[in-house]
Amino acid sequence: MPDSPIHLKTPLKTEDLTPLFIGDRVLLSGTIYTGRDAAHHRLVELINGGEPLPLDLEGQVIYYVGPTPPKPGQALGAAGPTSSYRMDAYTPALLEKGLKGMIGKGARNQSVKEGIKKYKAVYFAAIGGAGALISRSIQSAEVIAYPDLGTEAIRKLDVKEFPLIVANDVHGGDLYESGMKEYKR
Amino acid sequence: MREVHIEQVTRAVRDLCIRANTELGDDVIAAFHKALEVEESPNGRDILERLIENARIAKDEKIPMCQDTGMAVVYLEAGQEVRFVGGSLEEAIHEGVRQGYAEGYLRKSLCDPITRKNTGDNTPGMIHYRIVPGDACRLTVAPKGGGGENMSQVVMLSPSEGIQGVKRFVVERVNESGGKPCPPIIVGVGIGGTLEKAALLAKQALLRPVGSRNEDLQIEALEKEWLNAVNDLGIGPQGLGGRTTALAVHIGTMPCHIASIPVAVNIQCHSSRHKDIEL
Repeated sequence: MPDSPIHLKTPLKTEDLTPLFIGDRVLLSGTIYTGRDAAHHRLVELINGGEPLPLDLEGQVIYYVGPTPPKPGQALGAAGPTSSYRMDAYTPALLEKGLKGMIGKGARNQSVKEGIKKYKAVYFAAIGGAGALISRSIQSAEVIAYPDLGTEAIRKLDVKEFPLIVANDVHGGDLYESGMKEYKR
Repeated sequence: MREVHIEQVTRAVRDLCIRANTELGDDVIAAFHKALEVEESPNGRDILERLIENARIAKDEKIPMCQDTGMAVVYLEAGQEVRFVGGSLEEAIHEGVRQGYAEGYLRKSLCDPITRKNTGDNTPGMIHYRIVPGDACRLTVAPKGGGGENMSQVVMLSPSEGIQGVKRFVVERVNESGGKPCPPIIVGVGIGGTLEKAALLAKQALLRPVGSRNEDLQIEALEKEWLNAVNDLGIGPQGLGGRTTALAVHIGTMPCHIASIPVAVNIQCHSSRHKDIEL
């Protein structure tokens, strides 16, 4: 069995992330923000234009998710991660603005991996397709920017013990590479 | 002629969209349990256990198992002695998709390919018709998410590449996909036909129950061999390393032109969703 999970609370600081290594299981609590393709496009356009962002990214975590609509009484519907590679083109600019954590699924490209090391950030893998299970970790949800984007709007989520696995750590580790190598025949 | 009212079609499509998205098939859940017996990676085992729990929560609470509730792929197998009455059959199917995705609180994931503007109601359904003898009528709805579809591909191989060339293409496609299509996956393979027939064969192969045997012994042997090859890649659950990259390889074949081997790989994530009903 893996070691017992590490509890983390947002906002994240470098000293929270240095002890993390790839493969570690984490339970994350606190405020996180959602954002996927369209929201990333807008954020990076603002950065390139030198304009202020609708949220302060310092120490924050972005979750790549496009949830289903909530049923009455739910904070949010099913809310599993989407594939992170589609955000790779935008991520280095956000890391430069202080983003400390990302949650998604699937491997990242070289420039994101270098950014994670340079800015001492972390990339967590959530369980893709476990939308119903993950929705249980979400206590509340509020759209804070780009409501016109519907499921792709930026939402502020309060999460409790969101189950994650460290996929890329501040030390340059990449679980997608080393995990596959370990089990390749 | 037997008459089927289109309102019955709309109702059935609506219900199938909701049921497919909330109730994972017993065949897939059994395959998760079987994978747990061989999975060596601790994180891989943890993921498989959570996927079993996810399916249980989705079914009990009637919420989608995955937030990507997909494009509604609809198969209608209609007996040639059936007459659809009451209006447009095709519109009735789209209306069923519209109602299912609204009333089931499912995500609307379709947009214009150029402007990227969301269609707002998850229409159109992706419909495949087949006319068969008799007066029976079978409807299948198979919601297909973006992750696995994005990793899928069709290629026209030269006959000189042979079955080894087909295997290389299939294994390499899975290898390149890595963790992106949400492994453990089901690999649908279509071999033969034309470009579009190969793609449809691959997609329809995904409807076969996971763990079921191919009727053709020669093809069954290929399915076993390729499943082992894919699982030897080490990609594992969610691409984080492990023994369980795929739960099954399903192959569909048909004759093709003497000058080509069309091959399609349609990758299905572990949310292998499909429900059907006899009308």
